[in-house]
Amino acid sequence: MSTILDLQNITTTVNVGTSEEKNILKNINLKINDGDFITLLGTNGAGKSTLLNIINGSIFPTSGKIILKERDLTNLSEVKRAKYIAQVFQDPKMGTAPRMTVAENLLLATKRGQQRGLHLRGLDRHLEEFKRETAQLPNGLNERLNTFVGNLSGGQRQTLSFLMATIKKPELLLLDEHTAALDPNTSRQLLELTNKVVKKEHLTCIMITHQLKDAIKYGNRTIILNSGKIVLDVNGQDKKTLTEEDILQYFTD
Amino acid sequence: MSLITSTIGQGLLWGILALGLFLTFRILNFPDMTVEGTFPFGAAICISALVHGVNPIIATILSFLGGMLTGLITGLLYTKGKIPVLLAGILTMTGIYSVNLRILGKANVGLLNKATLLNEKFLQRLPDNFPTIVVGLLFAIFIILLLALFLNTDLGQAFIATGDNEKMAQSLGINTDNMKILGLMLSNGLIGLAGGLLGQNGGYADVNMGIGTMVIGLAAIIIGEVVYGNLSLTARLIAVVIGSIIYRLILLLVLQLGFSTNDFKLISAIILAICMMLPLFEKKFHTRKLLKKGVTKP
Repeated sequence: MSTILDLQNITTTVNVGTSEEKNILKNINLKINDGDFITLLGTNGAGKSTLLNIINGSIFPTSGKIILKERDLTNLSEVKRAKYIAQVFQDPKMGTAPRMTVAENLLLATKRGQQRGLHLRGLDRHLEEFKRETAQLPNGLNERLNTFVGNLSGGQRQTLSFLMATIKKPELLLLDEHTAALDPNTSRQLLELTNKVVKKEHLTCIMITHQLKDAIKYGNRTIILNSGKIVLDVNGQDKKTLTEEDILQYFTD
Repeated sequence: MSLITSTIGQGLLWGILALGLFLTFRILNFPDMTVEGTFPFGAAICISALVHGVNPIIATILSFLGGMLTGLITGLLYTKGKIPVLLAGILTMTGIYSVNLRILGKANVGLLNKATLLNEKFLQRLPDNFPTIVVGLLFAIFIILLLALFLNTDLGQAFIATGDNEKMAQSLGINTDNMKILGLMLSNGLIGLAGGLLGQNGGYADVNMGIGTMVIGLAAIIIGEVVYGNLSLTARLIAVVIGSIIYRLILLLVLQLGFSTNDFKLISAIILAICMMLPLFEKKFHTRKLLKKGVTKP
C-alpha cells in the first residue's frame, strides 16, 4: 500500500493578529493510501471543508506540507493541482457550466489540468464515448448530451459533475457533501454510483458527509474531525464494526 | 435611399464594436467600461497615423493593437490588481482620455483628404456609401469567422467556461485570470479596430467620440437577441451585427421623425432601456390577457 497523499503538520489560522484569531486546523498529520475511500465526518466548524480546501489548493495552510505522490503541492495553486485532483462540490450549480451543453461540459472535463491551445475542440470525436459513459448513469443524461446544462435538474447536474470529476482518472477525488442538496432517492442513487465507480476505477477518495449511516456504509476508512483535530481514524475491521453511537461520542466539544 | 445605404454601412462598422463587446458582456459576463476609452483611442491612433502618411492598412492594424493594449491594462488591473472590473474599466477609460489628447494634440483632428482604407482606388468605382458597406461586410465576415473558429478551440471553450462558471473552470485547471485578460484584449482590440474604421469613415477623430459607445454596442447585442431569440453561438455573432444595423435604422427612423442629432444620446439610451425591458413587458402583457379573461368569463 503506497501513500498517495501525505499531510504533514498542517495548521490553518484565520484572522491572525486580531482578537478573532482562530486555529481552524491544528497540526494535522494524515497519510492517505492508494485506493482509500475515506468518509470524513465532523460538526459544523470542525474544519472538514477547510481540510478539503487545503488539499485542493483553494486555500493555503499557515504552516505544514502537502505531498501528493512524492510531489510537494504546498505552494501550487488550485488551477495547477487540477491536473491531479478532481472535485465535486455540494452545490450542483458549482460543478457545471449552465450555458454549455452536457457534451461540452464533459469535453472540458476530459482535458482537466491540460494545456488548452488553439486546436479545434473535436467534440464529435468524443460523442460516442460520452454516450457510452452517460448510458451507465441512472438519470438519462445520454439522451440529453446536447441540452444546455442550465436546463437539467439538480440531480442530473450533480451526476454530470461526478462524471466530469472521474472521466479523466484523478489521483485524488474530493467530494464535499456532494449529495447533500439532492432529494433522498437521487442522493442514494448518486452515492451508490460513487461507491461503484470508486471501487471499479480504484480511485483514492475523500468524501465529506453529514449522514452517519452513509459514513458507516461506504468506504474503507472513517475520519472524524473535531475542533480542528483528528479525533478518530479507523479502517478495516474497526471501521466495519463502527456504530452511530460510537461516532456521536466524538462529536461532543 | 442613400440615407439607408449609409446607415447600413455604419451599422456594419458599429457591429464590429458590438462583436467586441459581446465577448466581455455576454461571454465573460461582465460590463467592460474600457470601451468608451478604447473606441476613441483606436480612432486617434488610426487618424494620426494616416495624417502622418502611414499606409491605411497598417494604420487600421495599429488601431486594433492599441485596443488590445487598453484591454490588457484593464485586465491586469482587474485580475492582478484585484480592482472590481467596472472600476478597472472606468480607470483605463479615464486615463486614455489624456493619452488621446496627447496623440491628437487637440480635441479634434480631421483627415483632410488623406488616403484611407475606405477610399482605395478599387472602392471608388462603387456607388456612394458602398465602399463603407463593402469594407464593413468584409471585416464583419472575417471577424465572425475567426471568432467562431476560436470559440470552437480548446482555448475558446476554456474562455467560455470561465465566463459561465469560474469556480468550475478553476477546478478543471483553467487559469481564469489569463482567460479574462485574453478576452479583454480581444474585445478591446475589436473595439479599437471599430474606432479606427469609423474614424476613417467619418474622416476625423475626436476625444469625445467614445461617449455613449457602450450603450450603442449593448443595444446592438440586445436587439440581435430580441429579434432572433435562442441561437447557436456562431449565429449569435451574426445576430449581433444584424442587431447593430437594425439599431442604426431605428435611429434613422427617429431622426426622420424630426428629432435632431443632439438628441441621439438620449434616444440611444431610451431604445436600449426599452429593449432590455421587453421580456418584462411581454410577461406583463400575458398577465393582462389572463386578467381580462378572468373579468369577462365569470
